[in-house]
Formats: sequence, C-alpha cells, structure tokens
Amino acid sequence: MGRAGCRPQVRKYLHVFAIGIQNTLVYRVNFLFRAAFGLIPLTGTLFVWRTIYREKGEGVSVGGYALASMVSYYLLVTVVDAMTAVAEDDWQIAADIRDGNISQFLLKPLDYLAYRLSLYLSGRLIYTTVAMVPVALFLLTMRADLLPPAGWTGILGFAFSVVLAGLLQFFIAYSMALLAFWVLDVSTFIFIQFAFEYIASGHLFPLDILPPTLAAVLRLTPYPYLCYFPISIYLGRVTGVDLMQGLLIQTGWVIAGYGLARWMWHRGIRHYSAAGG
Amino acid sequence: MRPPSPRSNSPARLLSLYAAMWRNSVTREMSFKANFLLWIVVELLWFALQLAFMSVLYSHTDSIAGWSKWEVVLLVGCSNFLQQLFTAFFLTNLTDVSEHIRTGRLDFMLLLPVNTRFLVSLRKVDLGAYINAACAVGVMVYALHRLQLHPTWLQYAGFSVLCLSGLLLHYSLTFLLCAIAFWSVRAQGFIYGYYNLFNIARLPDSAFPRGAFKAFFTFGLPMLVVSNVPTKVLANRLESPWELALALGVAAVWFALSEAFWRFSLRHYTSASS
Repeated sequence: MGRAGCRPQVRKYLHVFAIGIQNTLVYRVNFLFRAAFGLIPLTGTLFVWRTIYREKGEGVSVGGYALASMVSYYLLVTVVDAMTAVAEDDWQIAADIRDGNISQFLLKPLDYLAYRLSLYLSGRLIYTTVAMVPVALFLLTMRADLLPPAGWTGILGFAFSVVLAGLLQFFIAYSMALLAFWVLDVSTFIFIQFAFEYIASGHLFPLDILPPTLAAVLRLTPYPYLCYFPISIYLGRVTGVDLMQGLLIQTGWVIAGYGLARWMWHRGIRHYSAAGG
Repeated sequence: MRPPSPRSNSPARLLSLYAAMWRNSVTREMSFKANFLLWIVVELLWFALQLAFMSVLYSHTDSIAGWSKWEVVLLVGCSNFLQQLFTAFFLTNLTDVSEHIRTGRLDFMLLLPVNTRFLVSLRKVDLGAYINAACAVGVMVYALHRLQLHPTWLQYAGFSVLCLSGLLLHYSLTFLLCAIAFWSVRAQGFIYGYYNLFNIARLPDSAFPRGAFKAFFTFGLPMLVVSNVPTKVLANRLESPWELALALGVAAVWFALSEAFWRFSLRHYTSASS
C-alpha cells in the first residue's frame, strides 16, 4: 500500500462504519429496553450495598471504599459497559465463519479485522447514545452519591483508558469468535470466557475488596484493564506513576490482543475449508 | 376397543406425550455430547459466580439485613434451583414461540390433537438444566448443614409446594411475555429482559427499603417473593403466614392472566401465511 493509498483505505472503513450505524439503528428500541432492564439488577445490588454500609455504621469503609465511592463504582461499571461491551459482534463473526460468508472477504480488498472493528465501533456509538437516556436518568436519581471525576487527570485518564478497554474487549471477543474455525459451536467458549471476565474485570465488585493475594493474581491478567482500571482512574484511586504504569500495561495488553487476533486469523484461514462457500 | 378421542387432554395422555418429548430431547442432546457437557459447565460457572459474589460481601460483614452468610447461600441455591427448573422445562420452548409465529409453524401445532399451550410450552426438554438443578440442591443441603438446620417434613413439603408455585409464576410471566409475539417481533427481547430479573430474586428481601421498587417486585412481579419465601420456610425465618398466601396467590393470579391472554391472542391470530 503506497502513501497515496492511505486515504481511500480509511474512507473504505468509514463507509463500513456508516453502514454499521444504519444497521444497528434498526435495533434502537431493543437497545433501549436492554439498557433499561439492566438497571433493575443494578438497583438491587446497590440496595444490598447500602444496607451493608448502614448496618456497619456511618462513615465506615469497605476495602477503602466509602458508600459514595462504592455506589459510584457500580454506576461507572454501567457506563463503561455501555461504551465497550460487545453485543452481537462475536456471534456474527462466528456465524460468518460457520456459514462460509468470510470467503467473500478473502477475495475483496478489505481487511476482515478492520471491517469488524468499524462495525463494533458503530454499534457502540449507537448503543451508548441510546443507553444514555435511561442511564443518565438513573445517574440523576443517584446524583447524591455520584462522585465527580478526580480532576482533569481523572477524566482524561478515564476517557483514554476506556478507549483502550474497548479495543482490548474487541480483540478478546474477536479472538474467541475465531475459534469457530476449529469448533462448530463457539457459544459455550464465549460464555465461559465471559464468566471469568465478569468477575476478574471488576464487573461484579471492585477488585480491591477481594483478599489481597487473589486481587494481585487477577492484576496479572488482562481482565482488570477492561473495567476496574479505568474506573479506578476516574475515582482517583490510581494516580501518578501507578497511573502511567497502568496505562502502559493496558496498552501492552491491547497490542497483545491485536497480535493474538492476527495470529488466530492467520492460523484459522489455513484451516478454513469454506463450508457452504 | 375405542381409540382415544382426538381432543383428549387427559393427564395420562399428556404424560405419555411428555415422555416421548423427553426421549426426543435425549436423542437430540446426545448427538452433541461435548457441547452438552460444556453447557453444564457454563451454568455451573455462573452459579459459582453468584456464590462468590455473596462470599465476598460476607468477607466484609457478618449479616446483611438479618441474613447470615449461609442463609444467603441457601437463598442463592434456591433461586438457582428454580431458575434451572424453569430452564429445564420451559425456557427454550418459550423463546421459540416468536419463531413459530413468524414462520407460521404455529398453524401446524394448532391442528395437532393436543392442547396447544401444552405443546408449545414443553416441546423440548433441557437435560443439562436438571443436572444443574441437582447441583443447586447440593448447595442448599450443604448450607442447611452449615446452619445446623433440620427442617421437618412439613417444612420440606411447604418448600416443595412453594417451589412449584414459584416455577408456575416464572412460567406464567414468561408465557405472557412470549404471547406478545402475536403482535410484535420484539417478544424475545422481553423474555431476555425478564431473565434479567432473576438477578434480584436471589437477594434477601429485607435488604430492600420500603418503597415503590420493593412494592412492585413484591406484589406486581414478585421477584422478591419467589425464592425468598421458600428459603424462609426452610430457615425458620417466616414472619407471617401472609407471606405464604402472597407467594401462592400471586402465582395463581399470574397463571390465570397468562391463560386469559393466551386465549385472547389466539383469537386474534391471523397466520403468517394468510
């Protein structure tokens, strides 16, 4: 690809992005329901936490979290989740492989990873926009306990880290879906991976309320960088050198995820027999 | 000898039909053995995840709204037990309903000489869910042991009846939602949303402050009743007999409503092909 080819390259994927937006707009009502229904279990969890704090007495902290920072943590999980979660992407990729639809991508001057990434980004843009309505209303009712970001470092670091988290999330989902080159039904693998992700990324609770050794082990995996780490930046629980170091490690995981995705595609294509294609 | 009348819906006949559906399901599942086992693992992982969440909470406190750790484990076990039974009998069948309507396959089912609601609700059996339900029972037994509780036969009987009514409740509500498919293509989304509500069914009801949220999920969609009340019966935590009446009553009301709505929907059904 010459230097002159760069612009059409980008434009091509911008076009995919635009198509992705049109396609996902169809599902806007589903997205709205999903986002709204998701707030019910969240409300339940928050009630339980409030009860724990009330019974432990005023001004108490759990693992270094006062009530307001605990509530804020969960609210931010919802925000990060809306912005980064993969919705249908992994199922669609697996179906493309199973049904032989990827054959056409092998013939076109289109990179499948970049194509899927464009679709993922368009899907997230629409989902976040739609989910913003119920989530913002919810945040408004909870505003008494919603902490502001820890200064400019908090908000900028959070934003930057969420983008990296989104990329990492995508590469993990993409690699999992590519297992479809080797197995007929990838859904069980995706769900098993997701179960680990759910607990190790800090979706269920902040990781630093776990026993220290367990938390330390989880920090060696990429999972905390999907959710727990960006939120810790927002809340000002990682600052200075730790913040810089964390962002570097997160970037490292994104690069590793990209490498894994490329490598799996490379191996998968050699294995691919174009069933039905 | 007289052949059974074509519209006979006698319990014996329905039971023999269900046995046939069981055999079909076993054959179907056994053609993908590895997948069958992996799905059991997936469900067990999610169950373990819920238990892990509770044990993390209890590593920071001894009691939540009067519930001790092992009482909550009993509750989570009970909630998962109901959820797995619901999956074993109904879940895939009910999510399929919108497909039957969309593709017109429902016409064919309406013509079969058997109660259509029975057929639609119980066609496929999810065998893995029985194994997961058994695991949930295992967890409940262990929790009872840790609580040093020895429930009487009466308590076990009450627990069983309440579990049946809880199952009926989950089924009726989901069935109502899937009958929406007669009007809208989004019914599956509603069922997905309902499945979300299982998440609050495993939380202790007393942790919720009085208010609209609690009232709605106690008297309207009684998620805070469905597994809490059976657990309380086993754990000697029942505060008043009215809780029993509420659990049974609300399930009966929702079942009646779902039947009425189903009949109403069928009357308004114009096949996909016509």
